[in-house]
Amino acid sequence: MTNLKPPMKPFDVAIIGAGVVGCAIARQLSRYTLQCVLIDSEPDLGMGTSKASTAIWHTGFDAKPGTLEARLLTRSYHLLEDYVPQAGIAYERSGAVLVAWNEDQFNALPGLLAKAHENGVRDVHLLSVDQVYELEPRLNAGALGGLMVPGESIICTYGLPLAMATEAAANGVALQFGFPVKSVASGEGAVQLLSGPAGSLACRYVINAAGLYSDEIDRLYGYTRFTVTPRRGELIVFDKFARPLVNHVLLPIPTGKTKGVLVSPTVYGNVMLGPTAEDLKDKTQKGTSNEGLDFLWKKGEAILSPLMKEEVTATYAGLRAATEHSDYQIFPSAEQRYICVGGIRSTGISASLGIAEYVQGLLEEMGVALQPKAEYQSVRLPPLGEAQTRPYRSESAIAADPDFGRIVCHCERVTAGEIKNALNSAIPATTLDGLRRRTRCMQGRCQGFHCHADVSKMLADHLGVKPASLIGYKE
Amino acid sequence: MKQRKTEVLIVGAGPAGLAAALELKRLGLTDLLVLERDPVAGGMPRFCHHTGFGILDRHRLMTGPGYAAAWVADAKRQQVELLTQTTVIDWTGPLTCLATGPEGLQEIEARAVLLATGCRERPRAARLVAGSRSQGIFTTGSLQDFVHHLNCRVGKRAVIVGAEKVSLSALMTLAKARCRAVAMVTSFPRHQFYGIYRPAKIALADLLHRAPVKVNSAVHQILGHERVEAVEIKNLLTGDCTSTPCDTVVFTGDWIPDYELARSGGVPMDAGTLGPAVDRRLRTRKAGVFAAGNLLRGAETADVAAKEGILVARSIQTFLNHHDADFPCVPIVPDAAVRWVSPNLASPEDALMPCGKVRFSVKDFYRPARVRIEQADQVLFEQRLRACVPNTSYAISDHWMTKVNFAAGPVRFSVVQ
Ligand SMILES: Cc1cc2nc3c(=O)[nH]c(=O)nc-3n(C[C@H](O)[C@H](O)[C@H](O)COP(=O)(O)OP(=O)(O)OC[C@H]3O[C@@H](n4cnc5c(N)ncnc54)[C@H](O)[C@@H]3O)c2cc1C
Ligand SMILES: Cc1cc2nc3c(=O)[nH]c(=O)nc-3n(C[C@H](O)[C@H](O)[C@H](O)COP(=O)(O)OP(=O)(O)OC[C@H]3O[C@@H](n4cnc5c(N)ncnc54)[C@H](O)[C@@H]3O)c2cc1C
Repeated sequence: MTNLKPPMKPFDVAIIGAGVVGCAIARQLSRYTLQCVLIDSEPDLGMGTSKASTAIWHTGFDAKPGTLEARLLTRSYHLLEDYVPQAGIAYERSGAVLVAWNEDQFNALPGLLAKAHENGVRDVHLLSVDQVYELEPRLNAGALGGLMVPGESIICTYGLPLAMATEAAANGVALQFGFPVKSVASGEGAVQLLSGPAGSLACRYVINAAGLYSDEIDRLYGYTRFTVTPRRGELIVFDKFARPLVNHVLLPIPTGKTKGVLVSPTVYGNVMLGPTAEDLKDKTQKGTSNEGLDFLWKKGEAILSPLMKEEVTATYAGLRAATEHSDYQIFPSAEQRYICVGGIRSTGISASLGIAEYVQGLLEEMGVALQPKAEYQSVRLPPLGEAQTRPYRSESAIAADPDFGRIVCHCERVTAGEIKNALNSAIPATTLDGLRRRTRCMQGRCQGFHCHADVSKMLADHLGVKPASLIGYKE
Repeated sequence: MKQRKTEVLIVGAGPAGLAAALELKRLGLTDLLVLERDPVAGGMPRFCHHTGFGILDRHRLMTGPGYAAAWVADAKRQQVELLTQTTVIDWTGPLTCLATGPEGLQEIEARAVLLATGCRERPRAARLVAGSRSQGIFTTGSLQDFVHHLNCRVGKRAVIVGAEKVSLSALMTLAKARCRAVAMVTSFPRHQFYGIYRPAKIALADLLHRAPVKVNSAVHQILGHERVEAVEIKNLLTGDCTSTPCDTVVFTGDWIPDYELARSGGVPMDAGTLGPAVDRRLRTRKAGVFAAGNLLRGAETADVAAKEGILVARSIQTFLNHHDADFPCVPIVPDAAVRWVSPNLASPEDALMPCGKVRFSVKDFYRPARVRIEQADQVLFEQRLRACVPNTSYAISDHWMTKVNFAAGPVRFSVVQ
């Protein structure tokens, strides 16, 4: 999608990468009288790491104290507390329980408590065995104790970047999707030219929020300060009937020896098990593996065995942008009018607003004058979460438009009205995947047995293309 | 919110729901309501454009859409009240359902509720097949929709997962879409196409010849980026994996009842069928709630579902007249060889009811097979069958139920060589 209007004046700021981090930065800067552009190589926003997270809105209680990550996580948490409800993004303040299953883990609890307090997360407290089972009665036997983190929450991992990008666009940020940046050149005066197969784009400042490829963009500016290793995380999503089995996010206790996995409710009413952590070489390898799924299955059996008796709704994998460093790789380069916002490892959803605010500060330090706009438009997403009232269940929504009573995807109860909205929204869905992420259609237990074709037809009719082209069929 | 009352609420207008509605009308009940979530009634057969329908109940060979249309026409003629695009989403009382549709929400209080919500195929994820999430992955259900309703090309080379009857529907649908099926993959040592009628077998011979069945095998991984590029097929005996290029994968069979409404209403479920536990009269353990059709245990042919509709209608009528909801019963428990038994509750013989059948399905090949039904130390029934094939169901008489002792604990259902 593109809403650029030629002839093109150089933009003040170009943001490379419309993941959660780039979208947050775009929204942050859209408050000011700057001309910004948000660029992504994919045809839609959030198609990188941001679409495939475990969707925990972390407090930052276990971040390494003193790191930038810890600081930005804590700050971001509070910013999100205001923003998320206001933007209508699905979330639940579920709280998290860390369960100790062995001596090592049990002994790690006091340290974690101290760390949480050091990070300013004051409401964290220890739990006795009895308290653990009172909170989570379905857990397997054998827990030794635990830690309660009341602030840990769950969120819609796609809703967050979508809301922020939509708000940014509503306030004048240009969107340039399907534009892979391949090279940077300096033009006349202080102008830089970002180029790719799709053409060139002129701007004064560049912010690199390219996720897995942030190291490669950084190299274009002559740096070799970090290398991104894609760290795969595989996940299994269970049927909604599993939801009553857990009340909180069940977080593993890191002990250095073994990597644990979490069990978490999702805002859509499912239960998620994962992720694995495995370093790969190929940044395009986004599939799941038999080893990964087997590993998760065994872990699930060991934590919450009744879960494994429910149906599996989906499996997927995401790649974290891990680096050789144990902190975010955020560097301003005033001379080059460039800020690198890379290596946002495994906490980018939670830290996004904090990162955006921090990046704004760096821009100001570089001498970019920020004039607040007289008017600012906020944006609210349609309700997607189980804790919200979805249209199919809303008398007033259906009365206003009967299409909100026409269910197309029966498993997720997505109505024709919601699909229509997603096709006509400010940043419309242009692919089946985009439609799936915006509305949840085809994401339910039947995975499209009933609605795959219907939904494809709606999208194809809207775009004026053949349905076959949407499923990647080539003559 | 609109509120209304009805004697009988039927959820689902497939063959089972419609047959039940018509039978209830025939028995003189006037106040009944059928709700269907799709825009058109008729259920699953609407999507199955091949023949093979109506043999047992309409006594002629019909296509799926023709068969569905016949039921819908009958229902119209008998003035069955049928609301389409109306989904039952929840329960608000023991026999009160909440439905949504373009007209808004409505609460329907009934004296009896029949659940006839059908079943679906397990999709790729539910089978934990690893690999990429590329385009080109279907179930038979979604494939039929693309090909018959959208008239859409789906791919060029397909691998079919499964070699049971429904896999043949996928095979025919792919042929219609000019997509070549290159293999059918089954974890069993043989295909499970037994019992299809001869003309179909002959018509299929050529397609089957080109899509050899890979036995003792499983799709281990799907490879590809945007679109499927290949599947890795694992030989389960040797562990060897071979890569088969294809751009389409169709997951067939592996049925699971659409039990969501039943479970959310607290209807006790059966561990074998994964559908509601029912007795011979298709009563569930929740008073006033009945179940019929594929919801009971996954897909059988449509005529079987329709016959269950007729049976359950009679049972509902008895319930409305006699309030026989609280019936004594014992569970029929399948042994390790048996996948499911349906019905799976044994209740005392009722003179008003004609004799029915008990269906079962096995987990492996048995040839010959001996079915044995026991309670405590007593053998209630024994029968030899020439063979039992997995992913196929077998019907036996249920007259042995008269011998069940309702104080003696579960009935054991076993199949041995
Ligand atoms: C399995 C898993 C679980 C996780 N769980 C959590 C969690 O529970 N909570 C949490 O807070 N975080 C979690 N994370 C981490 C979080 O998802 C990431 O930190 C976050 O999504 C990173 O966002 P980003 O914008 O930096 O990267 P991305 O989302 O990858 O965005 C980068 C964008 O840049 C684009 N791009 C790349 N190169 C170019 C180019 N050359 N030109 C144009 N565009 C380009 C890409 O297409 C992409 O859209 C998890 C991650 C994984 C993998
Ligand atoms: C690929 C394929 C090939 C087949 N081939 C044959 C064949 O050759 N011959 C043959 O005899 N049979 C065949 N069958 C089987 C046949 O289609 C089924 O046996 C039959 O449809 C079962 O009827 P049913 O009424 O139980 O369920 P369905 O026909 O599935 O009807 C259930 C209905 O309930 C509705 N529903 C579900 N939930 C709700 C809700 N909450 N609210 C409102 N409505 C709801 C559904 O929309 C659906 O219309 C085939 C099936 C498939 C999938």
